[in-house]
Amino acid sequence: MAKKNAWWLWAAAILTYLFLYLPLVIVVVFSFNDSRLNAEWVGFTLDWYRKLFHNEKMLTAAGNSLMIGVVSSLASTVLGTLAGIALHKYKLRFLPFLVLTPIAIPELLMGVSLVIFFVIVNQLLGILELGLITIILSHIAFCVGFVAIVVRARMQGMDESLVEAARDLGATPFQAFRLVTLPVIMPGIIAGALMAFTLSIDDFVITFFTAGVGAATLPLEIYSMIKIAVTPEVNAVSSLLMLLTLVLIVIASRVSPSALRANG
Amino acid sequence: MALLEIRNVVKRFGDFTAVNDVSLSVEAGEFFTLLGPSGCGKTTLLRMLAGFEQPDSGAILLDGLDMSRVPPEKRPVHTVFQSYALFPHMTVRENIAFPLKMAGWDRKKIDSQVDELLEDVRLTQFGQRYPHEMSGGQRQRVAIARALVDRPRLLLLDEPLSALDAKLREQMQIELINLQKEVGITFVYVTHDQGEALALSHRIAVMSHGQVEQLDIPERIYSHPKNRFVADFIGQCNVLEGTVKAVEGATMVVSIKGCGDVKCSTVPGVVSGQAGWLALRPEKIKLDKELPDLPDEAYFKGRVHDCLYMGDVTIYIVEVGEGVLVEAMLPNNIPGVAKFFDDHDLVEIAWRFDAGSFLTE
Amino acid sequence: MTLQQRIGKWVLSWPPLVYMVLFFLVPTLIMVVAAFRYPGDYGGLAPMYSVEDGKVVWDLTLENFQRLTEDALYFDLFIKSAGYALATTLACILMAYPLAWLIARSPKRYRDLMLLLVILPFWSNFLIRIYAWMIILGPQSAFTRAVNWLVTGLGFEPIQLLFTPFAVIVGMVYVHLPFMVLPLYANLEKHDMALLDAAQDLGANAWQRFWRVTWPLSLPGVFAGSALVFIPALGMFAIPDILGGTDSIMIGNLIKQQILDTRDWPFGSVLSIMLTGGVLLIAALGAAVARGGRKRG
Ligand SMILES: Nc1ncnc2c1ncn2[C@@H]1O[C@H](COP(=O)(O)OP(=O)(O)OP(=O)(O)O)[C@@H](O)[C@H]1O
Ligand SMILES: [Mg+2]
Repeated sequence: MAKKNAWWLWAAAILTYLFLYLPLVIVVVFSFNDSRLNAEWVGFTLDWYRKLFHNEKMLTAAGNSLMIGVVSSLASTVLGTLAGIALHKYKLRFLPFLVLTPIAIPELLMGVSLVIFFVIVNQLLGILELGLITIILSHIAFCVGFVAIVVRARMQGMDESLVEAARDLGATPFQAFRLVTLPVIMPGIIAGALMAFTLSIDDFVITFFTAGVGAATLPLEIYSMIKIAVTPEVNAVSSLLMLLTLVLIVIASRVSPSALRANG
Repeated sequence: MALLEIRNVVKRFGDFTAVNDVSLSVEAGEFFTLLGPSGCGKTTLLRMLAGFEQPDSGAILLDGLDMSRVPPEKRPVHTVFQSYALFPHMTVRENIAFPLKMAGWDRKKIDSQVDELLEDVRLTQFGQRYPHEMSGGQRQRVAIARALVDRPRLLLLDEPLSALDAKLREQMQIELINLQKEVGITFVYVTHDQGEALALSHRIAVMSHGQVEQLDIPERIYSHPKNRFVADFIGQCNVLEGTVKAVEGATMVVSIKGCGDVKCSTVPGVVSGQAGWLALRPEKIKLDKELPDLPDEAYFKGRVHDCLYMGDVTIYIVEVGEGVLVEAMLPNNIPGVAKFFDDHDLVEIAWRFDAGSFLTE
Repeated sequence: MTLQQRIGKWVLSWPPLVYMVLFFLVPTLIMVVAAFRYPGDYGGLAPMYSVEDGKVVWDLTLENFQRLTEDALYFDLFIKSAGYALATTLACILMAYPLAWLIARSPKRYRDLMLLLVILPFWSNFLIRIYAWMIILGPQSAFTRAVNWLVTGLGFEPIQLLFTPFAVIVGMVYVHLPFMVLPLYANLEKHDMALLDAAQDLGANAWQRFWRVTWPLSLPGVFAGSALVFIPALGMFAIPDILGGTDSIMIGNLIKQQILDTRDWPFGSVLSIMLTGGVLLIAALGAAVARGGRKRG
């Protein structure tokens, strides 16, 4: 049976968990602090949240982020699901490289190549000016791979003989896909969609490159705020974002308990 | 006309031949078994019957119709998969109703037919459960009900009992026999368990390396194996090397190497001087301190070399000649006695001449 | 393959393929070509060719690559970035190993929760996690004051934590730690505990058991995690941008500056290609080590 673990292992682990969580706790705590400085606890207030909800720029940015997140997660879920199934079913030469590389390289590189690409296309064809559309197109490009991985994992976990059984019992290939494959991998697809949504709504680097001057998203707005001054208003918006993420994770774990692990 | 006819079917994967020129036919209402060691091509043959694989050459005929261009969903053939392949997102009822829905039955008829099948496999109360809420044996029965619900011409079963524990397997074997009798559907059953094959089948095809070694009723497969592979694969068997000394009508004399002469039934086509093997089941050998040397029996003196106590029986390995070991099996039919003999005991063994069969290959 | 199967394959693989060609492969190729072009007068790119007397004249150059060698600054910056990434990786190994080991040795029913707790912070916004360290390392924070109380107590000058290389590495460790824990756990979880019992039985003490049995067997996990940490760390720009000072910028900051501020795209592309090369090198190295490990295992 498992041996008892040494006390210092526990100590190291607890310290590591503290290291992981303390910063986030501090952000949340100071979002309720009645002081401009994130230094000492002065008293409880909801002022920073009130301020936040009157901050036009922040609200617009949040609206943009939400819109970008929904559109790009929907599109990347469709493309990623197709890719995930294709990666599982066929030995393909280019698709794995094209879909999976964006995950493996630093985000920065995608940001650089996409901004150059969009500007050139805009100069040549007069379409795709940097803005919300280019952000969405970029987000789709880097979310497809994540969805594909989750869906492929789900396909790999599916008993191959299920599809054969459906065919054997009278289903055409398309019926077998619609009635058996799709429902069985659906938790993976939903998990992939939620993941794409979080990735999109959180993305800073690629958005920073492809946003241009006009379009602002929540991370971009947070970035300009913390570059100027550290105020508890940032804590408030951060806390709300964490809450949103937490809700999404709870949904994901309800839909597919294994999905949270699949992305590891 | 046979229900199913397999003619010279060959299947290759790359340069590996998984099924090599198999021809056989299965009659309507038969319980037919493909038996063979792992990797001999049983599943591949079955998958060709179901339509998941295409033969490289040869033909598969069902009711006289060539199946080669018919996709799986159009064949009146269903499969019970080794993993059961129950749809995890459907209830037991929905699983069983699946083939009927695909065939476009109307709802009322589907409902009554599913009810009937649930009754047949004694799962009436379980219709609303999901597969993961059922035990292995229950899932097994759902898989069978689903495959039988629209009365296929042929049911294919690929090692359907291998995931069950020994007790349950025996019980399911009895149920399978009864079910097959009841519905009258032809079964083609795949297993690598010879006991299961002998217990269930009307006829057995023993396969090895993609070929059928012997096709016969269970009794003959067991008592008259055609070659050393079948003798070895089915149950325990002594295989003694020897040469034919003389052929005298219905019997012939075989000289066992290092041992002596014995008689056995004549094998057609065998001539004097031919080398081969005498196959002899351990339970057909008599063993005692002293035995009479009868005219219609082979008789040898020997020494016990090893004993294996198996509970119901004990196997005695007796050295009868220079390095010639013969296994004999005695039932432990006297309470409290586990072994009648010990190592190094002097014993005598004998068997009726018609107990052995001579193999040329 | 039947026609039906071919149509299925086509429908499944073409939409993502076309999209990724359009928005990943083509932009990447454009970036590669840009590295050989002249910068435009107002930033961006100069025309790639001109037509003189009906003949096409290509305006391509290697100057952008030569610039790399002219100033040692760029090379130094690469080395420094690699150094930061390496320090981050080592710190991640040190912190992740005990945790991964403990999780792998915990009863099955707790493992998922313990792992989830490692991943959970990863799902919160990237900037927020960096911002949290701005607070903690900021000059007025309790942590900084405690550190400085200690430092001055020992007779040194008070130090600054934020906007230093230290802050950059702390931020990078914080962001990448889960990527080290997960592969390490996946590896350690598969270890056969009987091996350690056997080693102990044969007289190995705790340290020897770790160093001679567990550590070598866990190397594939260590390498997998290191690749997952080192590669994104090498190309990081947001963390040095926010937590670092002027002396702690990385190659990513220079690229960002070339592309977005100076708008010298050719040189920005050259730097990006160099970074890609570095990443590919590390990935290839990791793959080779993994393959070697598999052979031995
Ligand atoms: N799709 C395939 N590609 C390549 N080789 C295959 C394929 N399917 C089967 N084989 C090979 O064909 C041989 C026969 O396989 P098959 O599955 O028919 O054996 P089996 O008799 O059912 O064995 P088991 O009792 O283990 O199920 C095996 O050696 C197997 O490796
Ligand atoms: Mg098989």
